[in-house]
This record gives sequence, C-alpha cells and structure tokens, in this order.
Amino acid sequence: MARIVGIDLGTTNSLVAYMNGKTPTVIAGPEGRTMVPSVVAYTPTGILVGDAAKKQLVHNPQHTVYSVKRFMGKGLADVTPELQYFPFNLTEQGGVIRLRIGDKALTPPEISAMILKDLKARAEAFFGEEIRKAVVTVPAYFNDSQRQATKDAGKIAGLDVVRIVNEPTAASLAYGLQKRTQGTIAVYDLGGGTFDISILKLKGGIFEVLATNGNTHLGGDDFDRRLVDVIMREIKTRHGISLDGRPELQQDIRVRAEQAKCRLSKESQATVNVPLPDGKGEYRRTFTRAEFETLVTDLVEKTLAPCRQAIKDAGLSATDVDEIVLVGGSTRIPLVQQRVQALFGKPPHCELNPAEVVALGAAVQADILSGGIQDMLLLDVTPLTLGIETMGGVMSSLIHRNTTIPTSAKEMFTTFVDGQTSVDIHILQGERELAKDNRSLARFQLKIPPLPAGVPRVEVTFMIDANGILSVTARDVRTGEAQSIEVKPSYGLSDQEVERMIRDSFVFAQQDIQERQRIEAMNEAESMLKATEKALARADGLATPEELAAIRKAMADLKSTMAGIDHRPIRQAIEALNKASYGLAEKLMNSTLQDALKDKKLSDVT
Amino acid sequence: METSRKELPLARSMCWHCQSDIGGEYFCGQCVKVQPLSKDIDYFTCLGLPRKLNIDTVSLETKFYELSRAFHPDFYEGKSEMERAVSLANSAILNQAYRTLKDPIQRIEYLLRLEAGAAKDIPGKAPADLFETILEIQEHLEEFQAAKSQNDAASAARAADLLRNARKTLDAKRAALESRLAELFQIWDRLIEKGSHAQAHSAQKEQTLKEMRGLLSERTYVTNMLENIAEALG
Repeated sequence: MARIVGIDLGTTNSLVAYMNGKTPTVIAGPEGRTMVPSVVAYTPTGILVGDAAKKQLVHNPQHTVYSVKRFMGKGLADVTPELQYFPFNLTEQGGVIRLRIGDKALTPPEISAMILKDLKARAEAFFGEEIRKAVVTVPAYFNDSQRQATKDAGKIAGLDVVRIVNEPTAASLAYGLQKRTQGTIAVYDLGGGTFDISILKLKGGIFEVLATNGNTHLGGDDFDRRLVDVIMREIKTRHGISLDGRPELQQDIRVRAEQAKCRLSKESQATVNVPLPDGKGEYRRTFTRAEFETLVTDLVEKTLAPCRQAIKDAGLSATDVDEIVLVGGSTRIPLVQQRVQALFGKPPHCELNPAEVVALGAAVQADILSGGIQDMLLLDVTPLTLGIETMGGVMSSLIHRNTTIPTSAKEMFTTFVDGQTSVDIHILQGERELAKDNRSLARFQLKIPPLPAGVPRVEVTFMIDANGILSVTARDVRTGEAQSIEVKPSYGLSDQEVERMIRDSFVFAQQDIQERQRIEAMNEAESMLKATEKALARADGLATPEELAAIRKAMADLKSTMAGIDHRPIRQAIEALNKASYGLAEKLMNSTLQDALKDKKLSDVT
Repeated sequence: METSRKELPLARSMCWHCQSDIGGEYFCGQCVKVQPLSKDIDYFTCLGLPRKLNIDTVSLETKFYELSRAFHPDFYEGKSEMERAVSLANSAILNQAYRTLKDPIQRIEYLLRLEAGAAKDIPGKAPADLFETILEIQEHLEEFQAAKSQNDAASAARAADLLRNARKTLDAKRAALESRLAELFQIWDRLIEKGSHAQAHSAQKEQTLKEMRGLLSERTYVTNMLENIAEALG
C-alpha cells in the first residue's frame, strides 16, 4: 500500500511526520527545523513558503499570508471583526473568502495547499519517492465547511487526504502510544488560532472520544493582539504615529509582540523595541508577566466554559478525569496551566512537546490506516449538532453533537400541496434553536414526482463519515429508486473550482521549484558573504595581498550573480568564493584554536 | 403427514462477493469479506442482546468495542469500494445502536418504538398530581423575568428562592418516576425471560409498555420544566 504521511496543518506552524518502525517521527527540513511556519509569500519571482516566507512578513506584508487557517471554510462576515489585524484586501465570492494578493484573488484552500505542497516536497525528499496520501489534522471543533475546505486544500496540493483527524484526538494517540495510559483523559489544545477540549476514554487500545468542545476562533493570535493593541495605542499617543496605511510597521509590531509573549512564559518581564519610521527613533516598552496576564485573562477564561460543557456532555465531573494533556504552543503560558490545573484539580501533563504531538498522532493514525498498527482504534465524535431547517425557521436536530462517527440519520419527506414537484432542504450545524443562529452548511432541492399532497415519500439519509464530513443521499420509498441530488455548499468551493485550482497549481509547480532553489542559494550566499567579511576583519598577517585580492574579487562576483533568477551561477560563485577563502579560513581556525589553548594546561584539553 | 425432521436453515442469505451462503454472522465463511448488517436489524440484535431493559453496561461496551474493531472504516482503507461502503454503513448502525442502548431512557424509548410503534419523540405530559405546583412555577418564572427586566433585585431574589424550592419538588417527582421505571424494567425482563406467547402474557407486556410510556411522557415534561428553571436561574 502507498505510504501515508501525517500532517499537522497549523495556524502558525505546520509539520509532517511518519511512522519510523513503532515510533512516530517528525521529518525535519534541510536546516534541521521540524516546523514549517504556515506563511506563504507571493513575490514577483514566485511563491515562498515557511521560513523564507516568514522573512517577507515585514518587508512585503501585503503579499505575505499568515494564519490563513482562520479563514478556512468561512464567509467574509465571519471574520470582519478581526480584519483590522490583517493587511490584506478580502472579498467574498460564492460563499468563499478571496484574498487579493497583487493581481490574483486566492482562496484559503489554495493558500493552504502551498503549505501542504511544501510539506509534501519535504517528505518526498526524505523518502526519495512520491507521496500521494496523507492524514491531515483539523481542530476538533471545525465544522463541515472547514473540514471540506481542508480536504480541498489537499486535493489542490496533489494529496489525497485519506483521513481528517481531530487535533486533540491525534495528540491522544501519540500520548497513549507512548504512555500506555488507561482511563479518562482530557486533551486541552490551545493553538495559534483555535481552541479544543476533548474528553476521551482509553481502554484496551480503544480511544473513545466521549465529548468535545471548543472555539475555532481563539488562540495565540488573539493573545498577540492584546499586546499589539497596547503597543499601537502607545505609539500613537507617545509618538503621534498612526498605524493606518503602514502594513510593514503593523507586521513588525505583531512579530515583536509575539516574541515578547513567548519570552513572558519563561521570564517575569520582556521588553519590546520597535524602530519607528520617519526618523522618529524607537518605541520601547517593558511588559511584566503580571501585566500580560491581566491583558489576556478573559481569553483564558473563555476556554473554561467549553471545558465544563465537554465534561458535562461526557457525563463526568472534573475530578473524574485521570490525566490532563496539554497541546498547542499557547499552553506554554503559565496562566493557562494554572487555570487548567484549578479546573481539573490536578496538574496537567506537559512533558510531550506540545508543538509536535499532533503531527506525531497524525502519523500514528496514518499507520493504523496503512494496516501497520492493528491494536489501536480511535472512535471520534461529531462536534456539532446537525439538523435541517423546518417550518418557522426552527432547526430540527438529526444528529446530536458528540455522537460517535460514522453515523447516519434518516428523514422522510413528503409534500403539502397536490402536484408539488420539489422540496427545498437547508442543512445546518450548531447548537442554537433558530436556523438563522446556526451555521448554514448547504442547500439542496429534492425532486418529487407530481402526486397528491402527502403521497410521495422520499427518504433522505444524512451520513457523517469518519472524517466528520457530511454526505446526503435520497431514495424514493415507493419506487425504491435512488435519487441523485446536487448539494450546494453554503461556504465552500464547487467541484469545478477545485478542478481549476488543481490545474493551475501544476502550471505554477515548475516555477515554484526554481524559486525555491534560488532562495536557498541566496540564503547560502548571504551567510557566506557575512562569514567572509568577518574573516577579512581578522585577516591581519594571515593572508598575502594576492590572497586578499582574490577573496575580494570572488565576493564581488558572487554579489553580481545574486541579482539573477537562476540559482546555478549563484552556486558557482559560492563555490569560487569558498575556494578563494579556504586558505584564510584554515589559518584563522588554527589561530583561534591556539588562542583558546594558550592559557590551558594540557590536561584540560585531552 | 410427516414432515422432515431436519431443521431448515433460517434467514440464509448470500455473500455479496462470492455468492456462497452465509449465516447471521458478520463475515462470509468462504471469502471472509465483511457483510452488510440487515437494513431492518434492531439495535438489540445488532449488539447481540435479548430485548431486555436491564443491560450490563460493561459487557455492552465490550461488545461495542469488539464490533468496532470488526467494522470501523480505519481497517478498510486499502480495501475495495464495496467493502468500504459496507464498513461505513455497519459502523454507522453500530454507533447508533450503542448510543441508544447505553442510555436507559433512550433504551426504553427505543423499545417502545420497536414493540408498540411509538413515535420517535414521546410528547411531554404534565403529571396530574403536580398541576398546582406547575402553575405556581410558571407564575414564579414570569415574576422572576419581570423583576429582572425591571432591575428589581429584591423581587427577583424572592422569585428565585421560590423556584429553587419548586425545583426540589420536581427533582423528587423525577426520581419517583425513574424508580417506578426501574421496577417496570424488572417486570418487563421477567416477561421476556418467560418467553410465552399466551394471550395473558402478551396483555401483560402491553400493559407494562403502556405504563412505561406514560411515565416517560411525564418525565419528559418534568425534565423540560427543570431545564427552564435552570436556564432562568443561570
């Protein structure tokens, strides 16, 4: 069977993992980094993903997309309150957000596909073979549209997403495999953009999810924004600089705020320095951990209500939970850990790397699907109640939240008027009474043969598969014939659009590879030049004037190649500089070694 | 006239794959392909249980896990389209069966549906002995809402106290209904064990089902009332 990899497609970072024998393992990139920042930059010369794209955030903010996961499966109205934080121009067409990047209008699945492609390429380089199948994780509280959008992203990237797995349950697989835990566990997953809580029962290799809850719009990004708000306000009042129309400065502040937030998890205070434009010097501000905690305490509190609801839905009380597992970068925040401990009355486990555990779990699930692991089985649930709109705009429930998937529900439809030939059906997801307060998933029209009112009987089956994705089939009960129905998603791409995007992505693929090679060569050239500069500064008496001249010439040659778009001349020039500076580098190395050894006794060095 | 003493095989059907005869089990004896559960299978049969109301939840869970390992789509990823479809459909039935039978109230509602063809949702009915209490509660609820909207803290607190008191009455009623239901569970199970088809016996069964239905109906009403109070009090 073809190899299946596990992918954690995160708001902030993404990872790809595989099963190395019996141990799930994350695949590192060429620089040894396991995380790929979920950032995509659209430059005039091509598309950049990950670390290279992250570097573009501040210089090229309007063409560099981050946190695109927050837009997946959403309409424009859903994200309006947070648009002030994004330097993009957003529109909506056919229920799908479009990001205007230069002259292109891109959908969130297309942008996510770039990240998936990068991970796919990383895995392919590692295995030396083509990868076509993946398990991809999503927040447990993702609705049908958001799951479908994730599957579409896979298709566009040339990946068959064989399973969508919920992030907290994926984490529980990795955790359970390692710890051989039995009993009830709670997985508290606070990531970059989403929050999930899942309560599971682990028994004899079965991982049964009892209940799940969450908020798909609450995460580290929101914590950053609290700091960003303070900084922007103070820059305005202290320095008279407005951030409007300055996306570069906005991004710079966001990046620095995020760094300060991370430092505040380890230290009691952190200082933010922001260089200001127009020669206005620098903004400097020290945040204490206590101040940060005051700024975000309501956000942390917002995670607790879903926790209580999940515990209740599982038919348990907080103290029945045997172990609490923390997942997601935001659980490094001490205040989060304190509040979780207070809720459950016991300290949470944080020994697994919260940034990698979801990807590891995805690899475990991939192995189960490949027929590798046979004694573990995950029984997950649907997070939201599924229903249809009935008379008076009320939602009638068909499948309740926290029902184990796969599951199905049947509903019989008939007509109210003689000769009526169709019935409109509106599918909803959510916990509210009224249809308008819930998420609209899709609409479709049931075709009915013209008969007296009440005579036709059409049975519609709503099936939620193991991915948590809905499909609908219909059958005429009188004739027993299956009916084809065309479901129109409320917030999703049509099949034709996905097809077009797949074709487009092939055209750009070649261009992408060239650009990647160029960027890699450029990065190497830059660090090579920097190192040589340093060496030259300490070259006194170590090199002949001829040697120095040769090095300077090689440096100038390299710089001149860096303007081009072809990576090969850059590589050649790097090689030439390497040769020219080799002698000097060796001498420098020896002299540094001698300096270091000068004051030491022989016994210290052997 | 003499009939053959040999017992004829019951409910035989053919394997969708190799067309050989298969029994009531989940996999074909010949080609080992997974077989679709019958469309008309009831949840008790699906989980290998008699139609009794007292169920050992531990062995129910064990059976559910065992069948999950047999049917779950995770184990059919590389298989043929037909096997995957069977796995999906069987898992869906199994999951609903387990969810329904695990909960005693859903279990009895389901049994009523099976045995007496009751509607999916049994409508609530106010218990006759609580008419006065219920009227009072509705009054207090209105007073409470009115006081709250007029920011009259004192009146709101008074109404809330009365509601809390009424809640105790309702809780007691619900407990009484549930304990009578438990008694009926025993009666029902004994009738099933006897397994007789005598007229008196089936009349007794019918009587038991009818009483259970009435109790459930009142329980639904009381539960809704309690939820309204909980919602109002926050």
